[in-house]
Amino acid sequence: MSIDLVALTVALITVSTPVLLAAIGELVVEKSGVLNLGVEGMMITGAVVGFVTAVETGSPTLAFLAGMGGGMALSLIFAVLTQLLLSNQVATGLALTLFGLGLSALLGVGYPGQTPPVVTDPFPAALAEILVVGPILFGHSLVTYLSVLLVAAVWYVLAFTRTGLILRAVGESHEAAHALGYKVVRIRILAILFGGACAGLGGAFLSVVRVQNWIEGMTAGAGWIALALVVFASWKPWRVLFGAYLFGGIAALQLRLQAAEIGVPVALLDASPYLVTIIVLVLISSDRSRAALNAPAALGRVFHASS
Amino acid sequence: MSALLEIKGLTKAYPGVVANDDVSFAIQPGEVHALLGENGAGKSTLVKMIYGLVRPDAGTMTLNGADYTPSEPRAARASGVAMVFQHFSLFEALSVAENIALGMEDPPKPRDLAQRIHDVSRTYGLPLDPARLVGDLSAGERQRVEIIRCLLQDPKLLIMDEPTSVLTPQEVEILFHTLRKLSAEGTAILYISHKLEEIRTLCDAATILRLGKVVGECTPREVSAAQMAEMMVGKSLSQPARDEAEPGEVLLTVAGLSMEPASPFGTPLRHVGLEVRAGEVLGIGGVAGNGQDELLAALSGERRSAPGAVEFKGAPIGDTGPEARRKLGLLCAPEERLGHAAAPDMSLTENAVLTGRVRKGLDQNGFVGWGKAKGFAEEIIARFDVRTPGPDVAARALSGGNLQKYVIGREILQDPDVLVVNQPTWGVDASAAAAIRQALLDLAQNGAAVIVISQDLDELLEISDRFCALNEGRLSAPRPARGLSMEEIGLMLGGAHDMHEVEAAQ
Repeated sequence: MSIDLVALTVALITVSTPVLLAAIGELVVEKSGVLNLGVEGMMITGAVVGFVTAVETGSPTLAFLAGMGGGMALSLIFAVLTQLLLSNQVATGLALTLFGLGLSALLGVGYPGQTPPVVTDPFPAALAEILVVGPILFGHSLVTYLSVLLVAAVWYVLAFTRTGLILRAVGESHEAAHALGYKVVRIRILAILFGGACAGLGGAFLSVVRVQNWIEGMTAGAGWIALALVVFASWKPWRVLFGAYLFGGIAALQLRLQAAEIGVPVALLDASPYLVTIIVLVLISSDRSRAALNAPAALGRVFHASS
Repeated sequence: MSALLEIKGLTKAYPGVVANDDVSFAIQPGEVHALLGENGAGKSTLVKMIYGLVRPDAGTMTLNGADYTPSEPRAARASGVAMVFQHFSLFEALSVAENIALGMEDPPKPRDLAQRIHDVSRTYGLPLDPARLVGDLSAGERQRVEIIRCLLQDPKLLIMDEPTSVLTPQEVEILFHTLRKLSAEGTAILYISHKLEEIRTLCDAATILRLGKVVGECTPREVSAAQMAEMMVGKSLSQPARDEAEPGEVLLTVAGLSMEPASPFGTPLRHVGLEVRAGEVLGIGGVAGNGQDELLAALSGERRSAPGAVEFKGAPIGDTGPEARRKLGLLCAPEERLGHAAAPDMSLTENAVLTGRVRKGLDQNGFVGWGKAKGFAEEIIARFDVRTPGPDVAARALSGGNLQKYVIGREILQDPDVLVVNQPTWGVDASAAAAIRQALLDLAQNGAAVIVISQDLDELLEISDRFCALNEGRLSAPRPARGLSMEEIGLMLGGAHDMHEVEAAQ
């Protein structure tokens, strides 16, 4: 048996991109102190809205924008419920996932099997033909490059800008931020919308670029993996990238191992990306006190300005 | 001389209570002005209005002769009003410089900011490293962060809410030195405190609030602390007292107790040893964050240790849980009232069951006897003068002082052999505090051993037989409390943290 390493790397990046987008969005949401468990629901909504738009308009750009809009619309429901009506974040997030799964099934009726327009790569085809590095570096959709840039941008903003400092402060102690006069609710709503847009874009990438089809429930837990990645990556953007690519890498590898018919039960191979990713990230973040230091202290707590 | 800030007829009502009723007073430039009053007198509402966090219903403020109506703290800061909060305004996981930048309107670049922090901290004798995490700082150092944050904006008026409640006596001296320097430079200071002696040494003028109204003004240097207390409370207070008694047998022994903290910013306990006898009050002083919570958790059984590290009447109990210790007669009342000593959303009756179940026999075969439980709750309410409509009220609805009386009373009425209390009168007004202290003394009088952990040194000197200090998780050897001076205690508490450079510089 032989596995083409170049093809594997290309596949890895494509498989990882939706999870990476959803996770980096959720990282920003959680850094602001909000736990949105609705990532799966926002992703699948982004996937169906993006796919429908792609089929109807023939424009991948519009499809991605529509996917972002779909995710944002769903996250806006979450924002209103949790930030303005002070509902419980865990229960609301779970409900959002169930709602997103149902809504997407409804919106997607009649679309399975349709063909979306082909998404062209941003680089000339000649570059992608360079041996080894060509396909790995230049053979992807624009959204993939965007996802990596987004990780860099989130890292930079959180670590070096005042906006990032305020976001972290709100997630660390909303009472203190409020006492200093920062608009806790407004900042959190914006963070939630950003998370929704990222998850929606990830979903649209999944249906329009990677699978190029609409299948009910096609995110298959990718939103949950994104949530787990954020926690096990200790809320660090580059670790989220590493975790997402690890997840994608094992997922791509196990498919090839299945095809090669090695003597490992298929069920175990299927489960391996989830298992390996979580085990590796648990080991990285095993220093508990350090992980706790980076965790937003106000995560999941309801904020109500008493004065 | 015209006033810096003039307040006229300020009124603010919340549903069911008028927090400020027609409050008027003036602060002169460079003046240290005290704002006095019991809990619930309306001090914090008043300063929140000055700082723009709360909008008044009626009344006017003028700052330097111009109308002053801050709609948010940002506007207040822009007008030159800065505030050092009692709590709730620092971010533990962020560095000193980041915390300071968050409180500024227009912070300079990180490197310039670090330089300015250095400059200001040197000028005012407040040493601080901009790169350290606030979570690793002592309470006194945290306060310096807040003060420097304010000073970097050149305030004309600095509001300080209970600034000394968390400081050692030496740190208080340094703070006063800084405040006098500021005042000499023309910065006015509005100073809120319960500590009347401090106000007498520091403040030029005082305004006294009671139930939201101004009930008097005075020059603190010219009146006694007792007179000011009477103006605050509206009646004279009796000092807690008890008869002399010989201590009895040793009830609780702690030896070689070491424990890692449960949270990243906790303090490890290091070889803590103590013993306490029947009829005795042992006071444990120290600034918050030096291991008080951890010590209480180790004594209550929330955190387990080696069996022999904690002994009750000679029997090892270090590895038993809270319920087993309650059964034996070791009861504890933790500092945090809401969420630790009491479940906020549960009724007073339900809260009575939570710790009183075993000793008061409030359950049978797994069923709670609600009649009995209610009777117990009513007994606590009656005996400790808890002001509440009844035992069915949620714990959250009680004011801090009333709930404190309730949770301390709940333990005392279970007739403990050993009672451990942490900060029994924190944030409690003078009359309730006196009642709680008297109840603790009565308990010791009746043959129980009492351990009082507190930051309030005056309180400890008033009620303890022996005094020891908890500093960075280490407990000093006990000394007789009678005759200890504040200087000696300050040294036992480890003096001022990080103050060597300042002393060297002076």
